[in-house]
Amino acid sequence: MSDGSEEAGAAPESKQSKDPGRQVDPKLLEFLVCPVTHGPLKYDRAAQELISEQAGLAYPIRDGIPIMLAYEARELGS
Amino acid sequence: MSSSPTVFDRDLVRRRRDRRAAGFCAVDFLVREVADRLADRVADVARRFPVALDLGCHTGQIGAALQGRGGVETLVQCDLSPAMARAADQSGAAPLPTLSLAADEEALPFADNSFDLALSCLSLHWVNDLPGALVQVNRSLKPDGLFLGAMLGGATLAELRACLMEAEIEVSGGAGPRVSPFADLRDLGALMQRAGYALPVVDSEVITVTYENALALMAELRAMGEANAVVERARAPTARQVFLRAAELYQTRHAKPDGRIGADFEILYWHGWKPHQSQQQPLRPGAATTRLADFLDAEEISAGEKAGR
Repeated sequence: MSDGSEEAGAAPESKQSKDPGRQVDPKLLEFLVCPVTHGPLKYDRAAQELISEQAGLAYPIRDGIPIMLAYEARELGS
Repeated sequence: MSSSPTVFDRDLVRRRRDRRAAGFCAVDFLVREVADRLADRVADVARRFPVALDLGCHTGQIGAALQGRGGVETLVQCDLSPAMARAADQSGAAPLPTLSLAADEEALPFADNSFDLALSCLSLHWVNDLPGALVQVNRSLKPDGLFLGAMLGGATLAELRACLMEAEIEVSGGAGPRVSPFADLRDLGALMQRAGYALPVVDSEVITVTYENALALMAELRAMGEANAVVERARAPTARQVFLRAAELYQTRHAKPDGRIGADFEILYWHGWKPHQSQQQPLRPGAATTRLADFLDAEEISAGEKAGR
């Protein structure tokens, strides 16, 4: 919104799951599509990823929270 | 996604929200207040909305404010910042089932026809492609679904904007953008219409918040994760002198009798419906069954054209 210079620095957001046992609520998956292609997603329970084959991206699920941001997604190997 | 000009550095917005998520509840009064007013507006609509979306959820203020209003049974909370989404998920503030995720307002990951209601509380002022975001929300709504939101409007922080600019010109001989450009009420109404909403309504109000001085105001904005994220912002650190001088100007011009300063936040509210055949529709031109002239007891003068042919 407004000014002030703010110090740069790494976000404290941890990439490691603090609660690895926590699974995403399947009810949420009903509402989700790939933000890039608007195509369907496949839930990989073991890897805790939502896979968009059309976009070639796997969106991570951290602590049960899907991170539906293309730049946070893993590119699928061809 | 679109060819809109890039005004805001979205990556910076996300990082700031990530960093400020943990302490956000200490500075969330404005978001809480507006969330409460939005929840009141939900209650004013004589309808139940079982599945609702909170777009830009911060740490869950809408979920906490709803308190059973609107008959919401499931609330999907999303924020650009994964840390905010997680904080909302863990806050437990909402007395209803919530589902949380990180999502970008400019590329929403929701299936068409998912929600009965979409809410957004003070998050859309950082979006570059506002028309695109409104269109995407429209798609995610079920037919006859409602989008009800609040965002900051053009009069927000006008005093701070003027004081900072003047101080910077005085101290460094030039000035860059320091307070975001905000949407204007009339533009917003037009945008809602363009984005395909039926029966759009927009209105605004000003909430004045008082602070000890302008430095306290700026410190609080930073703590909210709302520091300047305009792409064209100055990259070099700003001389402290600029802020001190701006605070001095602010104090001279806007101090209240008790020495505190007021800062205005203009809140724009909107609501609009995803079109559905049950909604009131305009009739085909020429479809009238009663002549206006009869009703007015006047003589009809033909304009020479017949409508609807």
